Amino acid sequence: MSNRSSLGSKLIAAPYIVWSVLFIVAPLIFVVYYSFTTADGSFTLANMQELGKYAPTFLRSIWFGIVATLICLVIAFPLAYFISQKTDKVQRTLVMLVMLPMWMSFLIRTYSWMALLQDTGIINGFLSKLGIDPVHMINTPGAVILGMVYNFLPYMIMPIYSVMAKLDYSMVEACQDLGGNRLTVVRRCIIPMSMPGVISGITMVFVPSVSTFYISQKLGGGSFDLIGDVIERQFQQSYNYNLGAAISLVLMVLILICMAVMNRFTEEEEGMVI
Amino acid sequence: MKKLFALLLAVAFVMMPVASGFAAEADEIEALRGTTLYVYNWGEYISDGADGSLDVIREFENRYGIDVVYDTFDNNETMYSKLKSGGVTYDIVIPSDYMIERMIAEDMLEKLDYSNIPNYKYIPEKYRMLGHDPKDQYSVPYTVGMVGLIYNKTMVSEAPTSWKALWDKNLTGGILMFNNPRDAFAIAQSILGMDYNMESETAWKVAAELLKEQKVVSPSYVSDEVFNMMEAGEAALAPYYAGDFLSMQENNPDLDLVYPDEGVNFFVDSMCILKGTQNKLAAELFINYMLEPEIALANAEYICYASPHTEVYSNPEYSYYENEILYPEDGRFKTQNFLNLKPETLALMSSLWDDVKNHIPDSDSSNYDFFFGDGELGKADGTVMTPEAWSYVVYIGIFVAICLAYVIFRYARKKYREKV
Repeated sequence: MSNRSSLGSKLIAAPYIVWSVLFIVAPLIFVVYYSFTTADGSFTLANMQELGKYAPTFLRSIWFGIVATLICLVIAFPLAYFISQKTDKVQRTLVMLVMLPMWMSFLIRTYSWMALLQDTGIINGFLSKLGIDPVHMINTPGAVILGMVYNFLPYMIMPIYSVMAKLDYSMVEACQDLGGNRLTVVRRCIIPMSMPGVISGITMVFVPSVSTFYISQKLGGGSFDLIGDVIERQFQQSYNYNLGAAISLVLMVLILICMAVMNRFTEEEEGMVI
Repeated sequence: MKKLFALLLAVAFVMMPVASGFAAEADEIEALRGTTLYVYNWGEYISDGADGSLDVIREFENRYGIDVVYDTFDNNETMYSKLKSGGVTYDIVIPSDYMIERMIAEDMLEKLDYSNIPNYKYIPEKYRMLGHDPKDQYSVPYTVGMVGLIYNKTMVSEAPTSWKALWDKNLTGGILMFNNPRDAFAIAQSILGMDYNMESETAWKVAAELLKEQKVVSPSYVSDEVFNMMEAGEAALAPYYAGDFLSMQENNPDLDLVYPDEGVNFFVDSMCILKGTQNKLAAELFINYMLEPEIALANAEYICYASPHTEVYSNPEYSYYENEILYPEDGRFKTQNFLNLKPETLALMSSLWDDVKNHIPDSDSSNYDFFFGDGELGKADGTVMTPEAWSYVVYIGIFVAICLAYVIFRYARKKYREKV
């Protein structure tokens, strides 16, 4: 019996296992292989040695990723809480509004921000009508971070909201019974209990922010690279798959380390009596 | 008797005025009906029926019954990477000169049978046997062009005459630059009086230093965005292909173009057939068709690039007939062609381009005055960790420290509470 059910569960999982082997595991093996070989296939560490000069780009990407993630968190947490307090019907509408921008292509949305932020763009056109001096916004780090926040914000709101919507309100009531005011309720109940959502939100925003390339090219004017741009250039223009793979590998390892560290702390957190 | 009849029939076929003037037998062309031809071309690089123009692909399909699958790319390198990585097969591809040379060297192109392309007669001597295909075996010119400096008359005090205008501090923030290494380096090489196809590592490094100094004026590195940005008056200067300038000027009459004194890149985009083609005859038929005067004219009108086709550029009805931008007098200024670079040089250029893109200018190590004044060489110490990079280290460090402090605080509090 147990054999059959395990066979059954294997069968159910089969499509995904096949998928992940073909499109996740195999490409990863390729990435590792390319990272440590030259163009003609012999083993080398030269790709890794060349990475040193990309250190500033790595740092810049990570810092921009952190900033974008923090801004997303600050915006998303209160919003998710606000949505979760509404009636079901209102919640559905609000969630749809959050998702709405994602129905449009990511590329088009980023491109539209160019039109908004340009010196002769829509925002500056509006400002000049009001008699305010135009503000230079495009091609600045701020514009890139704005692009990241705008594009990845739903990935932060959704996990936090879905955790908050299912919160065990007996805890909140208990807290109130013990004389906690609203602030205490949020601080001692809501925040700790929605931590799993926050963590997955952070992961889902931080990872694409660090590795993005399109946003920085369009909103940053290509005047400074993020690590995703460098990787893209190796594959698209330089035809240097080996260096591109090496950078990707290191980026992946860095992200994995970040995630592992974060998950370790959150495990502790959940076991914590607050 | 039967033989004689067959001979007569053959003669009759040859005499028959085949619409295309194609050398292959009409029945051979007829046999191609229902086959498929895969064409890989630049974006916006064929007359597609928009605004009442001729739909060249549709017309070909109708005329010969051959299906055309048409895909586009946006630069030579992307096209090369895509072909090289496998997984795609095309019959016809239209790369630029230096890329054709590279593809010939890497045995990616099929030799053409010029007897199947009788319309090649419309290509004049000066566009034949160019450096990239010296024996005329692999390619048939499709468009030619030059890189010029586009400027907005309302945003510059006087018309620029030199590429150095792209380094002008007075125009900071209003300067666009090529977002591909070959074209960007060509501008620096022009200023420095270097050969575009030079091999000296030092020379390439000097050119890269010059490109790094351009960061002082914070240029935006663009490709197709140049159209929107120049038309909207978002930028004052942009180096770009002269043909595209004409379409920009239609939307913004304040724009003008100049060919700088230091010389410009002259390029040819040619039609080639890829190795492994399944339909070579149809591909040659297509190339021949593209050279037919009315088709070539429709394309030239649509693309706005200069045409290497005698029946096009000498046709007084052609909109750009004797246009000074597209067809300047020979020898009015210096031009250079791109040739294929050696793999080491290509790798060096890519690597230096990464450095240029990553460079953040700081006054200490600046060579700006060295290039554009009488200043000395800056104190470039070759370090990758610029002050900007260190500032990120500090920020990330502070962030990590705060996180760590918080975790330790929680941990300590937990221990404390457990004790109590």
